[in-house]
Parts: sequence; C-alpha cells; structure tokens
Amino acid sequence: MRFYGGKAPVNKILMKGNEAFGEGAIRAGCRFFFGYPITPQSELPHYLAWRLPEVGGLYLQAESEIAAINMVYGAAAAGVRVMTSSSSPGISLMMEGISYIACAELPCVIVNIMRGGPGLGNIAPSQADYFQAVKGGGHGDYRLLVLAPASVQEVLDLVGLAFDLADKYRNPVMVVGDGILGQMMEAVELGPAPEVKLPPKPWATTGTAGRKTRNIINSLYIEPEELEKVNLRLQAKYRQMAEEEKRWEDYRMEDAELVLAAFGMVARIAKAVVDRLRAEGIPAGLVRPITLYPFPDGAFERAAGKARAFLTVEMNAGQMVEDVRLAVCGRRPVYFYGRTGGMLTTVAEVAARAREIWEGLK
Amino acid sequence: MKDEGGRRKAAVSWRRTRGLTDTPFHYCPGCSHGVIHRLVAEVLDELGVLEKTVGICPVGCAVFAYNYFNCDMIEAAHGRAPAVATGVKRVLPDRVVFTYQGDGDLAAIGTAEIVHAAARSERFTTIFVNNAVYGMTGGQMAPTTLLGQKTTTTPAGREVSVAGFPLKVAELMATLDGAVYVARVSVHSPKHILQAKRAIREAFKVQLDGLGFALVEVLSACPTNWGLAPPDALRWVEEKMIPVYPLGKFKVPEEIS
Ligand SMILES: Cc1ncc(C[n+]2csc(CCOP(=O)(O)OP(=O)(O)O)c2C)c(N)n1
Ligand code: SF4
Repeated sequence: MRFYGGKAPVNKILMKGNEAFGEGAIRAGCRFFFGYPITPQSELPHYLAWRLPEVGGLYLQAESEIAAINMVYGAAAAGVRVMTSSSSPGISLMMEGISYIACAELPCVIVNIMRGGPGLGNIAPSQADYFQAVKGGGHGDYRLLVLAPASVQEVLDLVGLAFDLADKYRNPVMVVGDGILGQMMEAVELGPAPEVKLPPKPWATTGTAGRKTRNIINSLYIEPEELEKVNLRLQAKYRQMAEEEKRWEDYRMEDAELVLAAFGMVARIAKAVVDRLRAEGIPAGLVRPITLYPFPDGAFERAAGKARAFLTVEMNAGQMVEDVRLAVCGRRPVYFYGRTGGMLTTVAEVAARAREIWEGLK
Repeated sequence: MKDEGGRRKAAVSWRRTRGLTDTPFHYCPGCSHGVIHRLVAEVLDELGVLEKTVGICPVGCAVFAYNYFNCDMIEAAHGRAPAVATGVKRVLPDRVVFTYQGDGDLAAIGTAEIVHAAARSERFTTIFVNNAVYGMTGGQMAPTTLLGQKTTTTPAGREVSVAGFPLKVAELMATLDGAVYVARVSVHSPKHILQAKRAIREAFKVQLDGLGFALVEVLSACPTNWGLAPPDALRWVEEKMIPVYPLGKFKVPEEIS
C-alpha cells in the first residue's frame, strides 16, 4: 500500500478516488483487469498495474476498449472476478460487448469515470452518461446494476458490493463517478481486508474435465420462442433487482418540503445547499440515489407526501430528473438545475435556484 | 481381412471423432467448414486435450460451432474472438484455447484484435477460414475477395480502384514477432486435407508447448456464394485462390520443426 505523507489517523490513509476503485476491486477478490488508457480515470489503471501483480493478479492493457470488454467477457466466462474501467467515449465503444455480457449473464464490474460530452467533449467532470448507464446504452432489452458513490470511502465500499451483486445476479455492474471523485484525495478507513468467499460458478467454461456436460457461454438464440424465453428470464431478474437492491441516502428529510435530488459528487454540493437553506429557515432535504438502477423511486414517492416541490441537480442537461418525475408521477412539480460541458454546479447557484422555487410556492 | 466366419471384413476407414458432438452440421453441401471442423476436432481428440479445451466461435457461418465441437465453447461478438480467447487463456493458462474465425470476422471487423493478440503472443491457436467471401450475410465482398471476383457487393467483380487489394493474412501475421507459427493450407483434395491436419496439429502443439501464438489459414470453398457446384468450387480453390494465397508454412518455431 502506498502511503500519502502527513499524519494519517490510525487505520486511515489518504487515497485518490481512482485508486480506491482499484483497491476496492482487489479487496473484493478481483485479480484481473483489462483496460485502455483514457483521462480522467488514468490513476485507476496506473494503480492496478503495480498493485495487481503484487497480489498475483494480472493487469493487461488492451488495444482498445472494444478488446478490453471482450477480454472481460472471456475472463468472466472462465469464472473469475474481473473489472474494466474507462471514461465516456471508451464506454460507448464497449456497448456491444456489454450487451453480449448481459445476455450471456456473466458477472463483471465496469467503472465509468464520466467526462464532458457528447463527442470527444472534454476531460472535465460530468454526469452526462446517466441515460447510457441506466437506460441500456447497448442494443436489446437489458439492464445493468448501476452504483454511484459520492466519496472515496464509498468508492471502496461500493466496488466490493458491485462484485457481490454481479455474482449474485450474474449481471454486469457499472459503477459511475466523475473526474472530481476520481482525482480527489480523501481519508479512508481500510480496515482489515475482508475475507472474500467467491461463489461457485458451475456454469463457467473451464474445460469439461470433472463434468458430464459441456458449458456454453452464448447470447445467440435463433428461434424467437427461445429468445423470448431468455428475455422473460432476464426481465424477471431485473424485477428481483428492483425489489431487493434499491439503495439511497436521505439527508435531513424528516420534515423536508423542498426536496433536492442528486447523485455522486453533486449530492455533496446539494447537501451544502440543504444546510444553507435550512439555516435560512427553508425546510429542505436531499434524496441521494446510490443505486441509479434500480432507481430508488420509493424514496421519492414517500417524499412526495410532505414535499411541495422537488429540485433535481445534475452535471448534465437533465437526465436523472426524468426518473424523479416518473417516481413523483405528477403529484408535485419537479424542477431541474444543471450545468453541462464539465462546468461544476456551485452551492450558491443551486441555492439561488432553490430559493426562487421556494418563493414561487408561497 | 476376414472375420471369424471367413467372410471378408471391411476395414474401418471412417469413425466419428470424439471431438465432435452428434449434432448434424448445418453447412451447405460442399462447404469446407465441415471438413475443417472435423480436422480440428480430430486433432483435439488425438492430442487428448478435449476435456481441457475452451473454443471460441465467430460470427459468420460457423456461429453455431458451439453445437459441434465437443468441448466447452464461447460465442464471441463479430471479430472479437481473439480478445475473448485472451481473457480465457490469461485466466486459465493450462487449458487449450482456440478461436475459429472467418475472413470477415478476422480480417475485417476483427483485424485489430487478431493483430494484437498475435503481437502479444497470446498462447492460443487460431483457425482462420478464408473463403474469399462473407458467407452468412449473403455473399458480400470480404477483405480476401479476389480481384475481379463477383460478389453481391462487387457485382461487376472486385475492382482495385474501388475496393483495393485482397488481404493476405498469413503473410501479414508472419511479420509479427509474437506469431510463432503461421501456415496456410487448403482442404480441396484428400492430399491437402492431410497436410492441413498436420498443420493444425502443429499449431496446437505450439500452444501446448507454450511457445506463443499460432495461426493456420485454411482456404475454404463456399459453393453457395460463389455460385458454383461443389466440385467446381474445389477446382476454383485450386485454380484461382492458391495462386493469390500460396500454401505453405510461413513460420515454424525451431522447437517443433
Ligand atoms: C457488429 C456486427 N456487424 C455485422 C454483423 C453481420 N455479420 C454476420 S456474419 C458477417 C460476415 C461473416 O463472414 P465471414 O467472417 O467471412 O464468415 P463466413 O460466413 O464466410 O464463414 C457479418 C458481416 C454482425 N453480426 N455484427
Ligand atoms: S454460405 Fe458458404 S460458408 Fe456458409 S455454409 Fe454455405 S457454403 Fe459454407
């Protein structure tokens, strides 16, 4: 473990977000990483390039994101915990492979440290890949589990959860962050490395030795009846995820009448906004989705009871706001405030918009 | 040969290989894919490695190869079999891993994956089926289509000014340090089939010995999309393809030569 100077409190070390993604994976028993360089996630492969060999694992730089995700497909088919990471344009290139992995029901973890888009965009922080992550992205009716940590500590925790969920559901899991989360350093509590029990994978293509039947990893079902059956099974799995895996954080929600919604780093800005509004006597609160898929719609449904209005804040032109509107279902107005192109939302800007909305409700 | 009752007994000259399942091939009459499958299957069986083999099939006419090879199989996205094979072999270095790919799969959409897998000298074996055409999608031009050859997307024949030159995969791969075994064979006659089998066996031996990446290019007939009767298609391989794609071993590691 590298130690970043200063007097760290016992058991706490300073760590960059991108490195926490890497360390979180190693602590979860992941020993294989395939990726292709892209900013602003570079510290993640840099970290794993020395850390994985140290624990007997493999870091392999692929010739493209297309190759990387297909290496992940092969490694997952062979039965191990495997991860790739990239940033927006690279994730776009992976989409065909992700769709295959989802249909073949292979577990893996994909990290997207989102950057400004569309196109080549820029390397500044962004949340503009929300739709791509939660609505599909690749072709066909499939879903990813999508997690959105908001601190370096939470990165460590959620990457571990991501591997567990991937195995539990035999489904790819995406963990999204942005350039701020990736690049900033925070104190994290590592604690002793957890004991990882890898679940048995009797379906893995490891050679038939010791087995009576052949294992086949596939996403081709030429007969419509068969493919529909596969789709119905996948949909049932997604419904189970929706029942069991919704996660979110309520912040000062007890009596909130103006409810902010934000995920990832923007949620931290939103918390500061809530505190400022509260200090001014405005009963504000925040719902922070931790799973973006399945979306914690129940939290918003419940909030709509007391709330008079919602304000969704994102670093994009308004994506998660559509899911908030679906959850609130017309019972209360849902407003949006966002910046795009890598521009940050500031506490002052968001607070000003919130006050405006509050005044309008009087 | 006589049996106990003194009757003439036929020598067994054909036996189903354990390397193939009982599923009948779906290939067109006269298609060489079936012969090539059989050779690969026989080699895996004879080397005694079927139970530790993982095969990767392409997108192309051989997309259902997972129904035929009697070992664990993975179906890859179009062109990506070498990346998938890389993932498998890096996780399971003691297993035998092969990809089976057509010329659209390997030499067009998947060029980057095969070149880099070879450059990294991944320890798997690639069987590359060159039939000078896209079979599955309806006989379009492939990178390997001959100059002047008519396909559904070169109705007047492949013309250099529009579609450039055929890609010579074996020659290209032989320039890569990581590709340690490269051969081009054909299966249009019994003699050539035996030679092809020897090359396929060598390519798997190279893998078993951990020597590096091995590729066998197999010239293959596609009577359906060439618009030829099966015997004419075999003659076309001999007369038209071999002059452009000469047979031979382009690279053989000292250890097995
Ligand atoms: C990404 C993608 N692009 C295109 C296709 C359509 N497609 C299926 S098979 C094929 C060509 C196969 O030709 P080849 O590799 O030469 O194999 P053959 O059928 O001749 O054996 C194409 C273009 C696809 N399945 N996926
Ligand atoms: S279309 Fe050509 S390559 Fe495909 S099965 Fe028929 S003969 Fe073989």
